[in-house]
Amino acid sequence: MLNARLYMAQRLSAMIMIPLVFGHLAVMIYAIQGGLTTAEILGRTKGSVTWFLFYGTFVAAVSVHAAIGVRVIIHETFSLKGKWLEATTWLIGALLLIMGARAVLEVTFA
Amino acid sequence: MIRPHRSHPLWLAYFLHRVSGLALALFLPFHFLLLSMVISQPQTADALLRFTDHLTVKLAEGGLVFLLAVHFFGGVRLLALEFLPWSGKRKTITAAAIAFAFFVSGSFVLRAV
Amino acid sequence: MTEARANMMISVWRGMGSTGKFETFEVPAQDNQTVLDVVTWIQQAADPSLSYRYACRVGMCGSCAMMVNGQPRWTCRTHVKRVLRDNQIEIAPLRNLPVIKDLATDMDPFFDKWVKAGGVHRASRSRDMPIQEVKPDTAQRQAADNGIECINCAVCYAACDTVSSNRDYLGPAALQRAWTLFNDEKVVDKQAVLDAVSGSGGCHNCHTQGSCTKFCPNDLDPLGSIAGLKRETAKSFFRRGSKQC
Ligand code: SF4
Ligand code: SF4
Ligand code: FES
Repeated sequence: MLNARLYMAQRLSAMIMIPLVFGHLAVMIYAIQGGLTTAEILGRTKGSVTWFLFYGTFVAAVSVHAAIGVRVIIHETFSLKGKWLEATTWLIGALLLIMGARAVLEVTFA
Repeated sequence: MIRPHRSHPLWLAYFLHRVSGLALALFLPFHFLLLSMVISQPQTADALLRFTDHLTVKLAEGGLVFLLAVHFFGGVRLLALEFLPWSGKRKTITAAAIAFAFFVSGSFVLRAV
Repeated sequence: MTEARANMMISVWRGMGSTGKFETFEVPAQDNQTVLDVVTWIQQAADPSLSYRYACRVGMCGSCAMMVNGQPRWTCRTHVKRVLRDNQIEIAPLRNLPVIKDLATDMDPFFDKWVKAGGVHRASRSRDMPIQEVKPDTAQRQAADNGIECINCAVCYAACDTVSSNRDYLGPAALQRAWTLFNDEKVVDKQAVLDAVSGSGGCHNCHTQGSCTKFCPNDLDPLGSIAGLKRETAKSFFRRGSKQC
Protein backbone atom coordinates (compact mmCIF):
# COMPACT_ATOMS: atom_id res chain seq x y z
CA MET A 1 0.00 0.00 0.00
CA LEU A 2 2.62 2.53 -1.06
CA ASN A 3 2.27 5.41 -3.42
CA ALA A 4 5.23 7.30 -4.82
CA ARG A 5 5.37 9.73 -1.87
CA LEU A 6 5.42 7.08 0.84
CA TYR A 7 7.96 5.13 -1.17
CA MET A 8 10.27 8.13 -1.39
CA ALA A 9 9.87 8.83 2.32
CA GLN A 10 10.77 5.20 3.01
CA ARG A 11 13.83 5.15 0.77
CA LEU A 12 15.11 8.62 1.70
CA SER A 13 14.86 7.87 5.42
CA ALA A 14 16.76 4.64 4.71
CA MET A 15 19.52 6.52 2.91
CA ILE A 16 19.83 9.03 5.75
CA MET A 17 20.27 6.16 8.17
CA ILE A 18 23.13 4.47 6.29
CA PRO A 19 25.90 6.53 7.92
CA LEU A 20 23.96 6.74 11.19
CA VAL A 21 23.75 2.96 11.54
CA PHE A 22 27.48 2.70 10.95
CA GLY A 23 28.05 5.25 13.69
CA HIS A 24 25.66 3.53 16.04
CA LEU A 25 27.26 0.13 15.49
CA ALA A 26 30.66 1.65 16.19
CA VAL A 27 29.37 3.25 19.38
CA MET A 28 27.85 -0.02 20.53
CA ILE A 29 30.98 -2.04 19.93
CA TYR A 30 33.06 0.60 21.69
CA ALA A 31 30.65 0.94 24.62
CA ILE A 32 30.18 -2.75 25.18
CA GLN A 33 33.85 -3.32 25.89
CA GLY A 34 34.28 -3.37 29.63
CA GLY A 35 30.53 -3.02 30.12
CA LEU A 36 28.82 0.32 30.31
CA THR A 37 27.19 2.11 33.23
CA THR A 38 24.74 4.96 33.31
CA ALA A 39 27.45 7.37 34.36
CA GLU A 40 29.63 6.37 31.47
CA ILE A 41 26.90 6.84 28.91
CA LEU A 42 25.92 10.20 30.34
CA GLY A 43 29.50 11.38 30.65
CA ARG A 44 29.82 11.15 26.92
CA THR A 45 26.44 12.42 25.84
CA LYS A 46 25.48 15.17 28.31
CA GLY A 47 25.26 18.60 26.77
CA SER A 48 26.71 17.45 23.51
CA VAL A 49 25.05 19.08 20.51
CA THR A 50 26.72 16.56 18.21
CA TRP A 51 25.17 13.60 19.99
CA PHE A 52 21.83 15.40 20.04
CA LEU A 53 21.91 15.98 16.30
CA PHE A 54 23.20 12.49 15.57
CA TYR A 55 20.58 10.62 17.54
CA GLY A 56 17.87 13.22 16.90
CA THR A 57 18.19 12.67 13.16
CA PHE A 58 18.34 8.94 13.74
CA VAL A 59 15.12 8.92 15.75
CA ALA A 60 13.27 11.07 13.21
CA ALA A 61 14.38 8.91 10.29
CA VAL A 62 13.68 5.62 12.02
CA SER A 63 10.18 6.75 13.02
CA VAL A 64 9.30 7.51 9.41
CA HIS A 65 10.97 4.36 8.15
CA ALA A 66 9.44 1.97 10.67
CA ALA A 67 5.96 3.48 10.46
CA ILE A 68 5.86 2.99 6.68
CA GLY A 69 7.39 -0.47 6.89
CA VAL A 70 4.93 -1.68 9.50
CA ARG A 71 2.12 -0.08 7.49
CA VAL A 72 2.98 -2.28 4.52
CA ILE A 73 3.12 -5.40 6.68
CA ILE A 74 -0.22 -4.57 8.27
CA HIS A 75 -1.84 -3.99 4.92
CA GLU A 76 -0.45 -7.14 3.37
CA THR A 77 -1.18 -9.33 6.38
CA PHE A 78 -4.54 -8.03 7.57
CA SER A 79 -5.77 -6.25 4.42
CA LEU A 80 -6.34 -3.12 6.49
CA LYS A 81 -6.70 -0.05 4.28
CA GLY A 82 -8.25 3.39 3.92
CA LYS A 83 -8.35 5.75 6.86
CA TRP A 84 -7.64 3.07 9.45
CA LEU A 85 -4.41 2.23 7.71
CA GLU A 86 -3.50 5.93 7.55
CA ALA A 87 -4.32 6.34 11.22
CA THR A 88 -2.24 3.32 12.20
CA THR A 89 0.73 4.58 10.19
CA TRP A 90 0.62 7.98 11.86
CA LEU A 91 0.11 6.46 15.28
CA ILE A 92 3.16 4.21 14.99
CA GLY A 93 5.26 7.05 13.63
CA ALA A 94 4.17 9.45 16.36
CA LEU A 95 4.70 6.89 19.12
CA LEU A 96 8.23 6.11 17.99
CA LEU A 97 9.02 9.78 17.49
CA ILE A 98 7.80 10.79 20.96
CA MET A 99 9.48 7.91 22.77
CA GLY A 100 12.67 8.36 20.79
CA ALA A 101 12.75 12.11 21.25
CA ARG A 102 12.30 11.67 24.98
CA ALA A 103 15.19 9.23 25.13
CA VAL A 104 17.46 11.51 23.13
CA LEU A 105 16.56 14.56 25.22
CA GLU A 106 17.12 12.69 28.45
CA VAL A 107 20.59 11.55 27.57
CA THR A 108 21.75 14.80 26.01
CA PHE A 109 20.06 17.72 27.74
CA ALA A 110 17.76 16.93 30.64
CA MET B 1 7.50 -24.43 5.18
CA ILE B 2 8.70 -22.72 2.05
CA ARG B 3 6.23 -23.15 -0.77
CA PRO B 4 7.73 -24.20 -4.10
CA HIS B 5 7.32 -20.86 -5.87
CA ARG B 6 9.33 -19.19 -3.09
CA SER B 7 12.40 -21.37 -3.07
CA HIS B 8 14.95 -18.96 -4.51
CA PRO B 9 17.49 -16.51 -3.03
CA LEU B 10 15.69 -13.24 -3.70
CA TRP B 11 12.53 -14.44 -2.01
CA LEU B 12 14.55 -15.55 0.98
CA ALA B 13 16.25 -12.17 1.11
CA TYR B 14 12.84 -10.51 1.05
CA PHE B 15 11.69 -12.73 3.90
CA LEU B 16 14.74 -11.98 6.04
CA HIS B 17 14.30 -8.28 5.41
CA ARG B 18 10.69 -8.36 6.48
CA VAL B 19 11.22 -10.43 9.61
CA SER B 20 14.25 -8.44 10.75
CA GLY B 21 12.49 -5.15 10.04
CA LEU B 22 9.42 -6.14 12.00
CA ALA B 23 11.50 -7.41 14.91
CA LEU B 24 13.50 -4.19 15.03
CA ALA B 25 10.33 -2.08 14.92
CA LEU B 26 8.95 -4.04 17.87
CA PHE B 27 12.21 -3.76 19.80
CA LEU B 28 12.63 0.01 19.33
CA PRO B 29 10.04 1.18 21.90
CA PHE B 30 11.74 -0.91 24.60
CA HIS B 31 15.11 0.41 23.59
CA PHE B 32 13.88 4.00 23.89
CA LEU B 33 12.23 3.22 27.20
CA LEU B 34 15.48 1.90 28.65
CA LEU B 35 17.40 4.95 27.51
CA SER B 36 14.84 7.31 29.02
CA MET B 37 15.24 5.47 32.30
CA VAL B 38 18.93 6.26 32.40
CA ILE B 39 18.03 9.66 33.86
CA SER B 40 14.67 9.31 35.52
CA GLN B 41 15.42 6.00 37.26
CA PRO B 42 19.19 5.54 37.23
CA GLN B 43 19.03 2.59 39.65
CA THR B 44 16.67 0.60 37.49
CA ALA B 45 18.62 1.47 34.39
CA ASP B 46 21.87 0.41 35.98
CA ALA B 47 20.31 -2.81 37.13
CA LEU B 48 19.09 -3.42 33.62
CA LEU B 49 22.45 -2.60 32.10
CA ARG B 50 24.18 -4.87 34.60
CA PHE B 51 21.67 -7.49 33.61
CA THR B 52 23.13 -7.19 30.09
CA ASP B 53 26.33 -8.71 31.48
CA HIS B 54 24.78 -12.14 31.53
CA LEU B 55 25.91 -14.40 28.73
CA THR B 56 22.42 -15.21 27.50
CA VAL B 57 21.55 -11.55 27.35
CA LYS B 58 24.76 -10.88 25.50
CA LEU B 59 23.76 -13.49 22.97
CA ALA B 60 20.31 -11.95 22.67
CA GLU B 61 21.98 -8.60 22.10
CA GLY B 62 24.15 -10.21 19.47
CA GLY B 63 20.93 -11.40 17.91
CA LEU B 64 19.67 -7.84 17.81
CA VAL B 65 22.84 -6.60 16.21
CA PHE B 66 22.44 -9.44 13.75
CA LEU B 67 18.91 -8.28 12.95
CA LEU B 68 20.14 -4.73 12.51
CA ALA B 69 22.97 -5.91 10.28
CA VAL B 70 20.66 -8.13 8.23
CA HIS B 71 18.19 -5.32 7.77
CA PHE B 72 20.91 -2.78 7.08
CA PHE B 73 22.81 -4.73 4.43
CA GLY B 74 19.60 -6.11 2.99
CA GLY B 75 18.37 -2.54 2.72
CA VAL B 76 21.54 -1.31 1.07
CA ARG B 77 21.15 -4.22 -1.33
CA LEU B 78 17.58 -3.10 -2.13
CA LEU B 79 18.63 0.50 -2.69
CA ALA B 80 21.37 -0.70 -5.01
CA LEU B 81 19.00 -2.96 -6.95
CA GLU B 82 16.39 -0.25 -7.24
CA PHE B 83 18.52 2.75 -8.02
CA LEU B 84 21.50 1.38 -9.89
CA PRO B 85 20.98 -0.44 -13.18
CA TRP B 86 23.05 -3.60 -12.66
CA SER B 87 20.47 -6.29 -12.99
CA GLY B 88 22.87 -9.15 -13.75
CA LYS B 89 24.44 -9.49 -10.32
CA ARG B 90 21.37 -9.68 -8.11
CA LYS B 91 22.20 -12.95 -6.45
CA THR B 92 25.79 -11.93 -5.81
CA ILE B 93 24.66 -8.72 -4.17
CA THR B 94 22.16 -10.63 -2.06
CA ALA B 95 24.77 -13.13 -0.94
CA ALA B 96 27.22 -10.34 -0.13
CA ALA B 97 24.60 -8.57 1.98
CA ILE B 98 23.98 -11.67 4.07
CA ALA B 99 27.70 -12.37 4.41
CA PHE B 100 28.33 -8.84 5.67
CA ALA B 101 25.53 -9.17 8.18
CA PHE B 102 27.06 -12.34 9.59
CA PHE B 103 30.49 -10.75 9.71
CA VAL B 104 29.40 -7.65 11.61
CA SER B 105 27.17 -9.40 14.10
CA GLY B 106 29.67 -12.20 14.51
CA SER B 107 32.46 -9.83 15.43
CA PHE B 108 30.10 -8.02 17.78
CA VAL B 109 29.22 -11.19 19.64
CA LEU B 110 32.87 -12.21 19.87
CA ARG B 111 33.83 -8.85 21.33
CA ALA B 112 30.95 -8.76 23.75
CA VAL B 113 31.36 -12.24 25.17
CA MET C 1 9.28 -48.30 -30.50
CA THR C 2 8.00 -46.99 -27.25
CA GLU C 3 8.26 -49.56 -24.53
CA ALA C 4 5.46 -50.08 -22.11
CA ARG C 5 6.21 -48.13 -18.95
CA ALA C 6 4.62 -47.60 -15.61
CA ASN C 7 1.75 -45.17 -15.66
CA MET C 8 2.29 -41.77 -14.07
CA MET C 9 0.09 -40.62 -11.23
CA ILE C 10 -1.24 -37.17 -12.06
CA SER C 11 -3.18 -35.15 -9.46
CA VAL C 12 -5.39 -32.58 -11.07
CA TRP C 13 -7.37 -29.86 -9.32
CA ARG C 14 -11.11 -30.28 -9.89
CA GLY C 15 -13.78 -27.84 -8.81
CA MET C 16 -15.73 -24.68 -9.42
CA GLY C 17 -14.81 -21.32 -7.95
CA SER C 18 -13.14 -21.47 -4.57
CA THR C 19 -14.07 -25.06 -3.71
CA GLY C 20 -12.56 -28.21 -5.07
CA LYS C 21 -10.05 -30.99 -4.49
CA PHE C 22 -7.33 -32.95 -6.24
CA GLU C 23 -8.30 -35.97 -8.30
CA THR C 24 -5.68 -38.49 -9.35
CA PHE C 25 -5.49 -39.98 -12.83
CA GLU C 26 -3.24 -42.71 -14.16
CA VAL C 27 -1.69 -41.52 -17.38
CA PRO C 28 0.51 -43.61 -19.68
CA ALA C 29 4.06 -42.27 -19.92
CA GLN C 30 5.53 -41.40 -23.31
CA ASP C 31 9.05 -40.54 -24.37
CA ASN C 32 8.11 -37.08 -25.46
CA GLN C 33 5.34 -35.51 -23.55
CA THR C 34 4.55 -32.07 -22.21
CA VAL C 35 2.44 -31.31 -19.17
CA LEU C 36 -0.19 -29.98 -21.55
CA ASP C 37 -0.17 -33.33 -23.41
CA VAL C 38 -0.84 -35.05 -20.11
CA VAL C 39 -3.80 -32.80 -19.35
CA THR C 40 -5.12 -33.29 -22.87
CA TRP C 41 -4.81 -37.07 -22.52
CA ILE C 42 -6.86 -36.98 -19.33
CA GLN C 43 -9.56 -34.90 -20.96
CA GLN C 44 -9.71 -37.08 -24.08
CA ALA C 45 -9.25 -40.52 -22.58
CA ALA C 46 -10.31 -40.37 -18.96
CA ASP C 47 -12.69 -37.54 -18.16
CA PRO C 48 -14.11 -35.31 -20.91
CA SER C 49 -15.53 -32.93 -18.31
CA LEU C 50 -12.07 -31.64 -17.37
CA SER C 51 -11.77 -27.93 -18.19
CA TYR C 52 -8.51 -26.29 -19.15
CA ARG C 53 -7.26 -23.74 -21.63
CA TYR C 54 -4.74 -23.71 -24.45
CA ALA C 55 -4.45 -22.57 -28.03
CA CYS C 56 -1.10 -22.53 -29.80
CA ARG C 57 0.80 -25.38 -28.06
CA VAL C 58 4.09 -23.75 -29.01
CA GLY C 59 4.60 -21.05 -26.37
CA MET C 60 3.12 -18.15 -28.30
CA CYS C 61 -0.37 -17.47 -27.03
CA GLY C 62 0.11 -17.52 -23.25
CA SER C 63 -3.11 -19.33 -22.43
CA CYS C 64 -1.88 -22.65 -21.03
CA ALA C 65 -0.16 -21.60 -17.78
CA MET C 66 -0.89 -23.67 -14.66
CA MET C 67 0.69 -24.46 -11.32
CA VAL C 68 2.84 -27.55 -11.77
CA ASN C 69 4.07 -28.98 -8.46
CA GLY C 70 3.35 -25.61 -6.90
CA GLN C 71 5.28 -23.57 -9.44
CA PRO C 72 3.73 -21.57 -12.26
CA ARG C 73 4.71 -22.80 -15.73
CA TRP C 74 3.65 -22.69 -19.37
CA THR C 75 2.46 -26.25 -19.69
CA CYS C 76 2.81 -26.56 -23.47
CA ARG C 77 6.56 -26.03 -23.23
CA THR C 78 7.19 -27.90 -20.00
CA HIS C 79 8.48 -31.38 -20.60
CA VAL C 80 7.14 -34.00 -18.24
CA LYS C 81 10.68 -35.20 -17.52
CA ARG C 82 11.50 -31.87 -15.93
CA VAL C 83 8.71 -32.00 -13.39
CA LEU C 84 8.04 -35.67 -12.74
CA ARG C 85 8.91 -36.54 -9.11
CA ASP C 86 8.43 -40.10 -7.83
CA ASN C 87 6.36 -40.71 -10.90
CA GLN C 88 3.90 -38.01 -9.81
CA ILE C 89 2.90 -34.53 -10.91
CA GLU C 90 0.47 -32.14 -9.28
CA ILE C 91 -1.36 -29.78 -11.62
CA ALA C 92 -3.47 -26.88 -10.35
CA PRO C 93 -4.96 -23.69 -11.79
CA LEU C 94 -2.79 -20.56 -11.81
CA ARG C 95 -2.39 -18.91 -8.43
CA ASN C 96 -3.66 -15.41 -7.66
CA LEU C 97 -6.55 -15.60 -10.13
CA PRO C 98 -10.15 -16.70 -9.52
CA VAL C 99 -10.84 -20.23 -10.70
CA ILE C 100 -13.67 -20.69 -13.16
CA LYS C 101 -13.55 -24.47 -13.30
CA ASP C 102 -10.82 -27.07 -12.82
CA LEU C 103 -7.65 -25.69 -14.46
CA ALA C 104 -9.23 -22.68 -16.16
CA THR C 105 -8.83 -19.36 -14.35
CA ASP C 106 -10.56 -16.06 -14.92
CA MET C 107 -7.85 -13.87 -16.43
CA ASP C 108 -9.92 -10.66 -16.25
CA PRO C 109 -8.17 -9.17 -13.19
CA PHE C 110 -4.82 -9.71 -14.91
CA PHE C 111 -5.88 -7.91 -18.10
CA ASP C 112 -7.84 -5.23 -16.24
CA LYS C 113 -4.65 -4.32 -14.44
CA TRP C 114 -2.74 -4.34 -17.71
CA VAL C 115 -5.15 -1.63 -18.91
CA LYS C 116 -5.03 0.18 -15.57
CA ALA C 117 -1.25 0.38 -15.78
CA GLY C 118 -1.70 2.29 -19.04
CA GLY C 119 -0.93 -0.73 -21.19
CA VAL C 120 -3.03 0.27 -24.20
CA HIS C 121 -1.29 2.00 -27.07
CA ARG C 122 -1.95 5.69 -27.49
CA ALA C 123 -1.05 6.82 -30.96
CA SER C 124 0.95 10.01 -31.20
CA ARG C 125 0.62 10.38 -34.98
CA SER C 126 -2.27 10.25 -37.39
CA ARG C 127 -2.38 8.08 -40.51
CA ASP C 128 -1.56 11.08 -42.67
CA MET C 129 1.76 11.68 -41.02
CA PRO C 130 4.88 9.85 -42.16
CA ILE C 131 5.75 6.66 -40.30
CA GLN C 132 8.04 7.36 -37.40
CA GLU C 133 11.54 6.04 -37.78
CA VAL C 134 12.65 3.92 -34.84
CA LYS C 135 16.34 3.15 -34.58
CA PRO C 136 16.75 -0.38 -33.23
CA ASP C 137 20.13 0.09 -31.59
CA THR C 138 19.56 2.93 -29.12
CA ALA C 139 19.78 2.02 -25.43
CA GLN C 140 16.25 3.19 -24.90
CA ARG C 141 14.86 1.06 -27.70
CA GLN C 142 16.69 -1.95 -26.32
CA ALA C 143 15.11 -1.36 -22.93
CA ALA C 144 11.73 -1.30 -24.65
CA ASP C 145 12.56 -4.42 -26.65
CA ASN C 146 13.35 -6.36 -23.49
CA GLY C 147 9.70 -6.44 -22.54
CA ILE C 148 7.90 -6.82 -25.84
CA GLU C 149 8.15 -10.59 -25.97
CA CYS C 150 5.64 -10.87 -23.12
CA ILE C 151 2.93 -13.37 -24.07
CA ASN C 152 0.54 -12.44 -21.25
CA CYS C 153 0.69 -15.87 -19.71
CA ALA C 154 0.36 -14.52 -16.13
CA VAL C 155 3.03 -16.88 -14.86
CA CYS C 156 4.78 -13.95 -13.20
CA TYR C 157 1.47 -12.77 -11.79
CA ALA C 158 0.92 -16.19 -10.23
CA ALA C 159 4.46 -16.31 -8.82
CA CYS C 160 4.30 -12.92 -7.10
CA ASP C 161 3.48 -12.84 -3.38
CA THR C 162 2.82 -9.13 -3.50
CA VAL C 163 -0.03 -9.81 -5.90
CA SER C 164 -1.53 -12.27 -3.42
CA SER C 165 -1.31 -9.98 -0.41
CA ASN C 166 -2.12 -6.62 -2.02
CA ARG C 167 -5.34 -6.71 -4.03
CA ASP C 168 -4.63 -3.46 -5.87
CA TYR C 169 -1.10 -4.34 -6.91
CA LEU C 170 -0.85 -4.13 -10.69
CA GLY C 171 1.59 -7.02 -10.89
CA PRO C 172 4.81 -7.67 -12.78
CA ALA C 173 3.49 -8.09 -16.34
CA ALA C 174 1.42 -4.89 -16.37
CA LEU C 175 4.25 -2.90 -14.82
CA GLN C 176 6.71 -4.30 -17.30
CA ARG C 177 4.37 -3.19 -20.06
CA ALA C 178 4.40 0.32 -18.60
CA TRP C 179 8.21 0.27 -18.60
CA THR C 180 8.17 -0.78 -22.26
CA LEU C 181 5.88 2.12 -23.12
CA PHE C 182 8.04 4.51 -21.12
CA ASN C 183 11.01 3.55 -23.27
CA ASP C 184 9.07 3.56 -26.53
CA GLU C 185 9.84 6.75 -28.42
CA LYS C 186 6.45 6.58 -30.10
CA VAL C 187 4.88 7.28 -26.71
CA VAL C 188 4.93 11.03 -26.12
CA ASP C 189 3.47 11.60 -22.66
CA LYS C 190 6.00 9.87 -20.40
CA GLN C 191 4.65 11.49 -17.27
CA ALA C 192 1.27 9.86 -17.89
CA VAL C 193 2.99 6.48 -17.97
CA LEU C 194 4.73 7.19 -14.65
CA ASP C 195 1.56 8.52 -13.04
CA ALA C 196 -0.33 5.36 -13.95
CA VAL C 197 2.16 3.27 -11.97
CA SER C 198 2.55 5.59 -8.95
CA GLY C 199 -0.76 4.98 -7.17
CA SER C 200 -1.48 2.71 -4.23
CA GLY C 201 -1.19 -0.39 -6.41
CA GLY C 202 1.79 0.82 -8.39
CA CYS C 203 5.40 -0.20 -8.89
CA HIS C 204 6.43 1.04 -5.43
CA ASN C 205 4.72 -1.90 -3.78
CA CYS C 206 7.08 -4.43 -5.33
CA HIS C 207 9.33 -6.09 -2.74
CA THR C 208 12.00 -7.15 -5.22
CA GLN C 209 11.29 -10.82 -4.55
CA GLY C 210 12.09 -11.53 -8.14
CA SER C 211 9.77 -14.53 -8.44
CA CYS C 212 8.46 -12.90 -11.61
CA THR C 213 11.86 -12.89 -13.28
CA LYS C 214 12.67 -16.35 -11.92
CA PHE C 215 9.60 -17.96 -13.45
CA CYS C 216 8.94 -15.96 -16.62
CA PRO C 217 9.04 -18.65 -19.32
CA ASN C 218 10.32 -16.17 -21.89
CA ASP C 219 13.26 -15.14 -19.73
CA LEU C 220 11.94 -11.63 -19.44
CA ASP C 221 12.84 -9.50 -16.45
CA PRO C 222 9.80 -7.78 -14.91
CA LEU C 223 11.82 -7.17 -11.73
CA GLY C 224 14.34 -5.13 -13.71
CA SER C 225 11.55 -3.24 -15.46
CA ILE C 226 9.92 -2.40 -12.13
CA ALA C 227 13.26 -1.19 -10.78
CA GLY C 228 13.45 1.03 -13.86
CA LEU C 229 10.02 2.46 -13.10
CA LYS C 230 11.04 3.07 -9.48
CA ARG C 231 14.10 5.00 -10.65
CA GLU C 232 12.17 7.11 -13.13
CA THR C 233 9.33 7.87 -10.72
CA ALA C 234 11.92 8.88 -8.12
CA LYS C 235 13.50 11.26 -10.62
CA SER C 236 10.15 12.73 -11.56
CA PHE C 237 9.36 13.08 -7.85
CA PHE C 238 12.34 15.41 -7.46
CA ARG C 239 11.63 17.22 -10.72
CA ARG C 240 8.12 17.99 -9.59
CA GLY C 241 9.26 18.93 -6.13
CA SER C 242 11.67 21.52 -7.53
CA LYS C 243 9.00 22.88 -9.87
CA GLN C 244 6.61 23.45 -7.01
CA CYS C 245 9.10 25.39 -4.91
S1 SF4 D 1 9.92 -8.58 -8.03
FE1 SF4 D 1 8.08 -7.45 -7.54
S2 SF4 D 1 6.68 -7.97 -9.13
FE2 SF4 D 1 8.29 -9.50 -9.20
S3 SF4 D 1 7.51 -11.16 -7.99
FE3 SF4 D 1 8.65 -9.81 -6.68
S4 SF4 D 1 7.22 -8.44 -5.75
FE4 SF4 D 1 6.28 -9.40 -7.51
S1 SF4 E 1 6.34 -11.24 -18.23
FE1 SF4 E 1 6.80 -13.36 -18.70
S2 SF4 E 1 5.67 -14.49 -17.16
FE2 SF4 E 1 4.84 -12.47 -17.15
S3 SF4 E 1 3.08 -12.57 -18.52
FE3 SF4 E 1 4.84 -11.89 -19.73
S4 SF4 E 1 5.71 -13.73 -20.59
FE4 SF4 E 1 4.36 -14.36 -18.95
S1 FES F 1 -0.66 -23.14 -25.48
FE1 FES F 1 -0.01 -21.21 -26.20
S2 FES F 1 1.59 -20.74 -24.86
FE2 FES F 1 1.08 -22.74 -24.23
